[in-house]
Amino acid sequence: MKAATSLFLLVVLLQGCSHRPSRPASSVPAGSLLTEVSGGKQIGAAGTELDQPIVVQVNDKQGTAVAGAPVTLSGAPGVVFTPASGVTDASGQFTATVRLGETSGRYVLAAATYDAQGNPINLKLDEVALGWQQSRGRDLAHNSCDRCHESESTAERVSNHDNLDPKPHAFSEGEALNRFSDADLTNLITHGGPALGKSAEMPPFGNTLSKSDIESVVSYMRAVADPPFRNPGVVYAQK
Amino acid sequence: MRTRLSSLCKMLFGDSARSFATMSIVMLLVLAIAPAKSYFSEWHGYQNKYLALIKGRGDAVTLQRRFEPGLKQIWIPAMSVTDRCTTCHVAMKEASLADVNQQPFRPHPPVHHSVTQYGCTTCHRGQGLATNVQEAHRSSLAWEQPIIPTRYMEASCGECHLAPSTMLPTLTSGRKLLAREGCVHCHTLTFADGSTLTPTDDPPSLEHIADKTSREWIFAWIKDPQAYAATATMPNFNLKDEDARDISAFMVSQSTPLANQHKTEAPIKAAADPAAGTSLYGEAFCSSCHAVQNAAGIIVGGDLGPELTRVGSKVKPEWLQAWIKDPNGYDPATRMPHFRFNDQQVGTLTEFLMAKNDPDLLANVHLTPATPEQIAHGRKLVQENGCASCHVINGIKKPDNFAPDLSKVGSRSLAQLLFTPGLQHDIPSYISAKIRDPRSFGTALKMPRFKLSTQQVDALTTALLAQTDRADTVSNALRIPAPRPSNYRPSGAAAKLIADLRCFSCHAINGRGGDMAPDLTMEGSAVNRAWLVAFFKNPNTLRPALIRRMPKFNLSDQEANLLSDYILNVYRSPDVADAVAAAQNPAEVEHGKQLFYGKYACQSCHIVDPTKDKGYIGPTLTKVGQRLTPEWIYSYLRNPQAFRPGTLEPNQQINDADARAITMFLSRQVGGGTTK
Repeated sequence: MKAATSLFLLVVLLQGCSHRPSRPASSVPAGSLLTEVSGGKQIGAAGTELDQPIVVQVNDKQGTAVAGAPVTLSGAPGVVFTPASGVTDASGQFTATVRLGETSGRYVLAAATYDAQGNPINLKLDEVALGWQQSRGRDLAHNSCDRCHESESTAERVSNHDNLDPKPHAFSEGEALNRFSDADLTNLITHGGPALGKSAEMPPFGNTLSKSDIESVVSYMRAVADPPFRNPGVVYAQK
Repeated sequence: MRTRLSSLCKMLFGDSARSFATMSIVMLLVLAIAPAKSYFSEWHGYQNKYLALIKGRGDAVTLQRRFEPGLKQIWIPAMSVTDRCTTCHVAMKEASLADVNQQPFRPHPPVHHSVTQYGCTTCHRGQGLATNVQEAHRSSLAWEQPIIPTRYMEASCGECHLAPSTMLPTLTSGRKLLAREGCVHCHTLTFADGSTLTPTDDPPSLEHIADKTSREWIFAWIKDPQAYAATATMPNFNLKDEDARDISAFMVSQSTPLANQHKTEAPIKAAADPAAGTSLYGEAFCSSCHAVQNAAGIIVGGDLGPELTRVGSKVKPEWLQAWIKDPNGYDPATRMPHFRFNDQQVGTLTEFLMAKNDPDLLANVHLTPATPEQIAHGRKLVQENGCASCHVINGIKKPDNFAPDLSKVGSRSLAQLLFTPGLQHDIPSYISAKIRDPRSFGTALKMPRFKLSTQQVDALTTALLAQTDRADTVSNALRIPAPRPSNYRPSGAAAKLIADLRCFSCHAINGRGGDMAPDLTMEGSAVNRAWLVAFFKNPNTLRPALIRRMPKFNLSDQEANLLSDYILNVYRSPDVADAVAAAQNPAEVEHGKQLFYGKYACQSCHIVDPTKDKGYIGPTLTKVGQRLTPEWIYSYLRNPQAFRPGTLEPNQQINDADARAITMFLSRQVGGGTTK
């Protein structure tokens, strides 16, 4: 009798420990497709809130938005979502702000909802958290590089990208920039394009930026490269 | 019971051999306490985990050799640092573990200072002596400073760095916000070097407010400033309708009419052309300082002056007319320049701005004439809410120490603070919660809720967390003091004109003034007189990519000459080269051209030949020979940062001969196709 009771208790306890999410009640609206509307591939400083919220959309098989579907967001320890779970609004969207973890690296965030059968539907979003050196690199790039290397113009910064030939690479263009070694990139920035047989339109910055500044810019380029630099750095994801 | 006990006693201590054995075992156990404590300690566990982590790695042997087991400590007596953090954070210097995402085994990312020189708690705070995770990281009764969250990290930098720095963007913007959002009107903030933070916002004087606006607008504004202007700095005090009614009654009653003649003037007629207002608003570059919310809800324009989206619902037309004519008459301390508009322009602008109104704003405001009781109550409310901390109000003195001093807020003892339920019990959480929503700590609290983004709250928290007791103990060798404010003043007749045109609102000279427009400290060495006079008369744009530009002040010839003479004679730099000889032959010019287009590829950012060149990041150089002196061009080419600190133009270390050749080429660019 005693043994039976303890076995029962053990089973109940183990049930409680299991990570399998409980199947939602059948009355809860369920979609069959979870897509990202916006908020992925953002770059922010470690430990700070990303500029844009994460917005995900739940649709059914016909592609119609599903309102009231439950959505749960999760990430590595330290990532804070506000709110971390909830239901989709009338247009089938769920919005949450994200504060990335305390350390720099790439963060894989997961969004999840359930289909009508109660099976989870998952979606992954990648974000990049910059450390102090990389944030410094971003500020320097914003000041000295982005006007030519970013093709998008903003209200405060008109891009010069279209006026140049050959076209400068955006710092996130991993395919082109990952082929350069750190030493080559440092040389390019320090001595200008001609140092590596490239265009003279890339001026030398070695007398304007300090050595540690240039290191920061290179480390920023590595951090935001897409596809990631061959040494991808840290990836934070749920186990 | 007794027999049992005595038999046990007999068994253990029955004879000398038995008691010796028992005592030996007891002694052994007692002696084992210390090693066991160490063995079962948290840090020992982490060190074992580390050894397991590095086992399978390629460089395991090297890592293992460098690993030293046991308690470790960084001791820097000069900075009162005793940090045992490296006991668990064992891989601080192992760059090869950069891919490890598991704390406490991540190597320290590269930062400006070395860990061995500054220790850990100098930047991260927390309790350096502690040897377990909870005590080292969290706030406790014995040690209130917790590990500082990454987003406030620059707060610790701020204990030594009192000067603004581009390396500390969060801290610098937090301190700017404390001044810009007017926090330091009510709170005092003194830095460790004795300097104080002064407000940089410009709350208007309310002494003559009844001349400017209606009681209805005052009511609507104090009820919800952001409903009138999304960018308003003034916070929402959540006033009750009766309170807003009484404050508006008091504001109107305390206002004294201005003794000048503007009020009686007849309205000036606007230009007949309906587009004249828009083009004049654009031509005068009002948007350099004033913002307007467009149909899409986007706010376009500068933030030096107030937002004008609904200005027509606020001001009286006769006041606006007088203001546009000469702002000094109403507010001698305003940052707005005195534009020399002619009467028709004043009328056109007045009409254009009065049309920017929002009929919904005051539609539901119906106020009955004020009673003396209401006025008296309004006066009491104005005193209680500390309105005079920011605004000048007739009959009410600026209150002293209206709000708590924030000079040491980062070291406030937690016992003195009231925490709301659910709020983490440490100082960073307290400060950020207090900034985010002050009245969550009590509805009777005076501090209103400011409209701040998460980034702004983080920046403000960072700046306040830097105000610690520890900042006082920093040695002078380490401290970087706050820059002393410059009290530079020009002199003579030009000084009057410079003050009237409010040049310092946008330009800095000798360390004083705004940062919207170029620093003019060396301008006299840079430009040619003829160009400068023409520029004052009609400031055409130098940088097409810029949206904020110099307005046209409609200066008279005499005024333009006076200003030009003053600038050319006074604002000179001794570092600019002596006379650079003009080109002797066309070959020299041609050589300069080759260098410009070939070796230095200047055309990526500058335009000399508008038919061919496309770069527009730097100023257009088609007429640069008219504008700049050859001496300046030469000196600037040699070292741009020396003459325009922070300029985008990289220092290319152009040698003397090349710089001379390019100067020859550029000096020839005077417009009208002389390049050919």
